[in-house]
Amino acid sequence: MQTDIEALRAQMREDLKKVDSADTLKNFWQEYLGKNGRIPALMKDLRNVAPEDRPSMGKIINELKNRVQESYKEAEARVKELELTSQNEAETVDITMPAKIRQNGSLHPITLVRNQIIDVFAGMGFEIYEGPEIEDDTHCFTRLNVPKDHPARDMQDTFYLTDELLLRTQTSAGQIRVMDAEKPPIKVLVPGRVFRSDSDATHSPMFHQMEGLVVDKDITLCDLQGMLDELCRNLFGSEVRTRLRPSYFPFTEPSVEVDVSCFECGGKGCGLCKHTGWIEILGGGVVNRKVLENCGIDPDVYSGIAFGIGIERIAMLKYGINNIGLFFQNNIRFLEQFRA
Amino acid sequence: MKLPFSWLKEYVDVDITPEELETRLFSCGFEVEELIHLSEGISRVVVGEITHMEKQEGTDHLYLCRVNCGPEYGEDLAITTGAPNIFEGAIVPVALDGATLPGGIVIKARKMHGIMSNGMMCSGTELGITDDMYPGAEVNGLLILNGDPNATLGRDIAEVVGLDDTIFDISITANRPDCQSILGLAREVAALLDKPLHMPATDYEITGEPDPEISVRVEAPDLCPRYLAHYVRNLRIQESPRWMKRHLALMGLRSINNIVDITNHTLLEIGQPMHAFDLDHVEGKSICVRRATEGEKITTLDEKEFTLHPNNLVICDAKKPVALAGIMGGLNSEIEADTKELLFECATFARDSVRKTSRALGQISDSSSRYEKGVDQFGTELGLRRALHLIQELDCGDITPTAFDCSADEKHECMTLTARPEQINKVLGIEVPAETMIDILRRLQFGVEDHDGEWTVTVPRFREDIEGVPDLAEEVIREYGYDHIVPTFLAKAAVTNGGMNGYQKRQMTLKHLLAGQGFHEAVTLSFYSAADLDRLHIPADAPERKAIRILNPISENLSIMRTTLAPSMLNIIVDNLKNGNSEGRLFELANVYIPYSLPLDRMPDERLALCLGVFGPEEDFFTVKGAIEAIGQVTGLEFTYERAQVSYLHPGMTAAVIANGKRVGVFGKLANDVTEELSLAKDDRTGRNIYLAELDYAAIDAMIDENYHYRPLNDHVEQKRDLALICDERVTVGEIEACILQASPLAVEAKLFDVYRGKNIGAGRKSMAFTVTLSDREKDVTDNAAQKAVHKILSNLKFKLGAELRQE
Repeated sequence: MQTDIEALRAQMREDLKKVDSADTLKNFWQEYLGKNGRIPALMKDLRNVAPEDRPSMGKIINELKNRVQESYKEAEARVKELELTSQNEAETVDITMPAKIRQNGSLHPITLVRNQIIDVFAGMGFEIYEGPEIEDDTHCFTRLNVPKDHPARDMQDTFYLTDELLLRTQTSAGQIRVMDAEKPPIKVLVPGRVFRSDSDATHSPMFHQMEGLVVDKDITLCDLQGMLDELCRNLFGSEVRTRLRPSYFPFTEPSVEVDVSCFECGGKGCGLCKHTGWIEILGGGVVNRKVLENCGIDPDVYSGIAFGIGIERIAMLKYGINNIGLFFQNNIRFLEQFRA
Repeated sequence: MKLPFSWLKEYVDVDITPEELETRLFSCGFEVEELIHLSEGISRVVVGEITHMEKQEGTDHLYLCRVNCGPEYGEDLAITTGAPNIFEGAIVPVALDGATLPGGIVIKARKMHGIMSNGMMCSGTELGITDDMYPGAEVNGLLILNGDPNATLGRDIAEVVGLDDTIFDISITANRPDCQSILGLAREVAALLDKPLHMPATDYEITGEPDPEISVRVEAPDLCPRYLAHYVRNLRIQESPRWMKRHLALMGLRSINNIVDITNHTLLEIGQPMHAFDLDHVEGKSICVRRATEGEKITTLDEKEFTLHPNNLVICDAKKPVALAGIMGGLNSEIEADTKELLFECATFARDSVRKTSRALGQISDSSSRYEKGVDQFGTELGLRRALHLIQELDCGDITPTAFDCSADEKHECMTLTARPEQINKVLGIEVPAETMIDILRRLQFGVEDHDGEWTVTVPRFREDIEGVPDLAEEVIREYGYDHIVPTFLAKAAVTNGGMNGYQKRQMTLKHLLAGQGFHEAVTLSFYSAADLDRLHIPADAPERKAIRILNPISENLSIMRTTLAPSMLNIIVDNLKNGNSEGRLFELANVYIPYSLPLDRMPDERLALCLGVFGPEEDFFTVKGAIEAIGQVTGLEFTYERAQVSYLHPGMTAAVIANGKRVGVFGKLANDVTEELSLAKDDRTGRNIYLAELDYAAIDAMIDENYHYRPLNDHVEQKRDLALICDERVTVGEIEACILQASPLAVEAKLFDVYRGKNIGAGRKSMAFTVTLSDREKDVTDNAAQKAVHKILSNLKFKLGAELRQE
């Protein structure tokens, strides 16, 4: 019997090596440890062993059984590992295959620029007011100190709906509505659509402006430049500077054009800035006393500054867009380049 | 406004280059749009003399000349020419080898008929000049320079013919009509450079006899604040002198004769439009400024006939109009070669009146555009005196004492302002020294009297734009320099709370949501045409047709204010398909304009609408419905859907969106007939699958409740039951859902998870499987309670909808 046990032990070692799957593991179990396996068979054979040898023999068989059980456990762990590996291999994907997503949409560049400007001024305490797009003559012109015979009111420039009602040509109309509704201190932005009877490569009959207005005590031209410096650094980078130069708008006095140092060449001169080092970006000035008076605000107590930004102009500069028409064609291949 | 550098220098001793002056003008408010160097493109063209000429053999018109261009360029150059007007001793412009001429022409020495020609002798035309720029420039042949003392051999031709000049094209802002003249700009330059201004001569002597029969009166003083007239007799109409022709030529005008040229010159120099009437053709020698009578006619100098209206101001003689005031003279009283006596008109007309008449008649002139910008009364007097001086200087007539000054406003005194220097600094925000301000204002011809810091400022008469302290502040800072402004960050302003309000933030939230759903934001024009509504089959009596019309649209395509966004959306979808974009999702959030009445009697209802456009092979009714549902989720509104009919949507694939019992929009597939009519390629499979949604965003937003509370979670046991129901094909999911939820208070949700049709069920029938959630916020739902609820649900389904549990 002793020799049988040794043979079995040797055989078991051989069989153990062949275990490499759940099936062979199961076979191994059945072969050695199952009900009709070899170990239980040895146990049965013990009856035939001389009684005096039984304890020692039993001990040997028990050791063998323990040994087999340990081996089984090791094999079981090995098989589990093998199976996990092969499962993982089977499930492996080509991670460079295209992703399954609904392509994200986008916000229009005009919305993006509008929001960026709003963010800058919201931090300075500006509220956002959106006035009507269909305006009356009074708000769009008369109370903004645009006299009856001013060329800006000509049928050539303004879309009229009736003698009195028109499509606003400028968001400045919103200034009046704000000053009618609120008393100083006022800090407000008026973004929105404006309309002019003009259409070519650089003009669209509809475009967007953002008006800014501050009315408070002791507001000066220096504050206008300070505010606009902040805006320009935010839009075009911390390196840019602004420059004021004289201009004319009926609703501001003094009036200025604001140029920003060219962010493309740093002011050295390039195609974008037409080799001047500066890019014209907006107009503004000190609110005309008559405009304050027209809104019941005492110009001897309060002063104001105002500016008007063309959103398309900023978007064109910021994103390098060269044709205003692209904003309104809504070609998806154009729109999808902007992020939401 | 054009400003020739040479002409400017007649009034101001400019000692800087044109480029430097450009920079200085820019910084004080005069942007030079273009700096035109007249000699641009001309190089290596010098004065030469033909010393010898002989006919070139084998040709019938070419001459071989020996040309002396001075020691620097060659005293014996062989040059061939075919010009007919050459002679030995002729002094002519010579383009040397390598010379350039206007238009990019390059001259090279080359062989002509076997003989080397070392350049080209030029005509005036080849140099780009006219007779007015240089006498004889337009003759057929070479420009002959003989007799010109400047034409020394080898000299640069630009210096000889006056092309060594620069023209500034300056953009003048609307508040500075006084700078729409050479003198006005010279005044600015003098101030800028702190140099004296040499005023043009305006003195003259009376040499002619008066004519007491002449009369002038103004019957419409509101439209003609000032009317000056002066009688000149014994006219001697001739050519103008060379300097005057050159002035006109530099400004792009052709010389006509001395009288006409004087009026044009005065317009350019002083900025004052003038007119000269041939007095022989002014009936009754009487001038009357009045409104035209209805139907009155005039033929202007350019031989156009106009029928007039009482809004038009005219200058009339005793019987008829002889000029359209401020716009153009009449053909009937034109100055001609034999005109013997004239009446000068020098007037101020209301700019609005001139503009309206000019636009209404479609007749625009240099004069009318000057009046539209504004002509001051100071210029009126100055202009007339200058013109009379020129009459005398050019010796072309006898100035008489017969003169008229009809003025509605007798006060021609200068305006005065009071100001304190600190008021000016308060506008600017910096400290400009008082002496500096006074100096600047003095240079700009303001008078300043200082009474212990209280200034009395006398405004020059040509500065009608100056009204108060802020204007003075602008004058000071534009001369002092905007680079002195020190940016401050609202140093003294009150702290305020800023940012978007809830309505504005919700719109942004919606836009971000839609972008997350794959929509690209579109921006389209607010106007379109009735044809765009036709394309969507919108019926003639539909409310969308009640749209506001623009009185003066750019074109019929952009003539009505939109009442719905869908037509704009469909247009851009079609554009995208035509551009090869076969799928996409677009949205626009924008105003529609709903009039309360037409014709418009008050401001309309402008309300935000949201339009979705979805197209492509992957899309269907339910992907679009998914986007609508997402809007419901982000707004916190529970949308329900009802079948609806919309002219442009498929009758079987259209839903109305209902929120809180109110219809807030529609969506669906584009109707087959509408799709058919779009000019899309027949084989475009994607173009056939277009969906539109239009929602009343203003109404939706008004329903949003931002002050909502959370609902406590239900800790009690819920039960779920799956029910497969067989019913008639016409029964809808919505009906079954509603029926289940109504049948038992425990039923809180009924969710469809399968639809099946097949032979074993029978034609015209379908099986729909729902998971029903049974829940009670008070207690656990027991099996028994669930059993009872399901029983009740099934009996209701059978009774109301004929739906039965499917038997396996």
